[in-house]
Amino acid sequence: MLCELCKQGQATVHLTEIVNEQMSELHLCETCANQKGAQVETHFGLADLLSGLAGGGKVKEAEEVTGKACPKCGMTYEDFRKVGRLGCATCYLTFKRSLASLLKRIHGSPVHLGKSPIGALKPPQTKSELSDLKRKLERAIEEEAFEEAAQLRDQIRQMEQQERQARQKKA
Amino acid sequence: MAKELDSLLKQPSEWLRGVGPVSDIVMSSRIRLARNLDQFPFATRASSNSQQEVLDLFKGALNKSVALKSPLIFEMDALTEVDRQFLLERHLVSREHIVQPHHKAVAIGSGEVISIMINEEDHLRIQVMQSGLNLEDAWSIVDGLDDELARLLPYAYSADWGYLTCCPTNTGTGMRASVMLHLPSLVLTKQINKVLHTITKLGLTARGFYGEGTEASGNFFQISNQVTMGRAEAELIENIDQILKQVIEHEQMARESLMANNRVQLEDRIWRAFGILKHAKTISSSETLDLLSAVRLGVDLGIMNGLDRKTVNELFMVSQPAHLQKLEGKTLNTRERDVKRAQLMRQRLGGPS
Repeated sequence: MLCELCKQGQATVHLTEIVNEQMSELHLCETCANQKGAQVETHFGLADLLSGLAGGGKVKEAEEVTGKACPKCGMTYEDFRKVGRLGCATCYLTFKRSLASLLKRIHGSPVHLGKSPIGALKPPQTKSELSDLKRKLERAIEEEAFEEAAQLRDQIRQMEQQERQARQKKA
Repeated sequence: MAKELDSLLKQPSEWLRGVGPVSDIVMSSRIRLARNLDQFPFATRASSNSQQEVLDLFKGALNKSVALKSPLIFEMDALTEVDRQFLLERHLVSREHIVQPHHKAVAIGSGEVISIMINEEDHLRIQVMQSGLNLEDAWSIVDGLDDELARLLPYAYSADWGYLTCCPTNTGTGMRASVMLHLPSLVLTKQINKVLHTITKLGLTARGFYGEGTEASGNFFQISNQVTMGRAEAELIENIDQILKQVIEHEQMARESLMANNRVQLEDRIWRAFGILKHAKTISSSETLDLLSAVRLGVDLGIMNGLDRKTVNELFMVSQPAHLQKLEGKTLNTRERDVKRAQLMRQRLGGPS
């Protein structure tokens, strides 16, 4: 999760403020927290209060302004902000834009690089998996997630090389 | 059903075996995957019927699983409160799973290596435990099981964002890898805050004995990855491994330094702890945890030769409230538990009856 002030450092200090009976969460990197004069104590536990993080409180997310509800489960982005939990898989599509920035704030990257259930169903390294990776690479570059982009590039190279070798063997 | 559950009482959990790499410092390694079914609403929006359907689907699938080999399946609302607490104490279910037991179940594989929670926050929480520092084996077991289940039931998955979970902090790999460390020397030498603080800067989180939202007790700390996206599973695991190795090294150095410079004080502390456990007539759970931590350090440092690690680990387990009540075969109030706990310690440590 990235620091909410400088948007650069990893947020490791999670503050809860209560102003006018309104509770708000602040996620800061150590440098910003020190500047804010916050007591930097050892942090225990992942801040689980996403409701504050989803939308940040000030700026309304695109999907919140429109009041769009998930066609499958009926959840609105406002509902999500209250509970910090999504309603179903379709919510991810419904709130794609807001979630993309939220996921980036939480994980520091909005790109999945892990395993897939497709891998369990089909033999690995099929054409579709390769094009999948290429699409992700484009996205990563767009999002300026260069570390992930480099990893994806290496994965693609390796996969293409393996395919070449497989073809040569056949020939 | 309760009988099957009672069979667990007689066998040691995987994570208490006290074997595996660096088991003098690392109690256990655990990996859990969060998975959901594509077509069903998540817990936040699920109706009672929909939850029941998910439960039935999974019960069917899990009974077919080759990797699980006919698991014990318990529906949480069919269990007594003590039995539910018992599963929590064995780290087979989460706190959330026992607070709201409706439509929830747990499937437990042989030796308690695999446990699968159904209808927790996510439809599935697949967990694999290994004794000692062994995330790699835990990963290979959970990975295989996950593949098998993916062939039986369609998961909620997106190519961009990976496994879709109820809480966005789990989206992506849905993986939380955690390692339970016993760090008494870092606590004694007051270095622990610095170490834990550094860990959180490196994308890891430190928690107490029972995971999220609990305090460290008995000098046990659970360390796990904080982010689940932007890196492949193997890389997340590698990252934890690398950082943990350094934490372990620090604990080792602190142990050596205590042995070299404060041996008498250290031995005194350990033997006094042993003396109290062996002779006390009534003892609270938190005091027991602290004293057992000292005794375990004594075993790990070779100061106490007559005792082995597995026995001490088991004492940690059976000193917990639900375990005491299961052993006694009836419900006990706090005062009765303190007496029973002291009696059990005396018995197992060769004290007076």
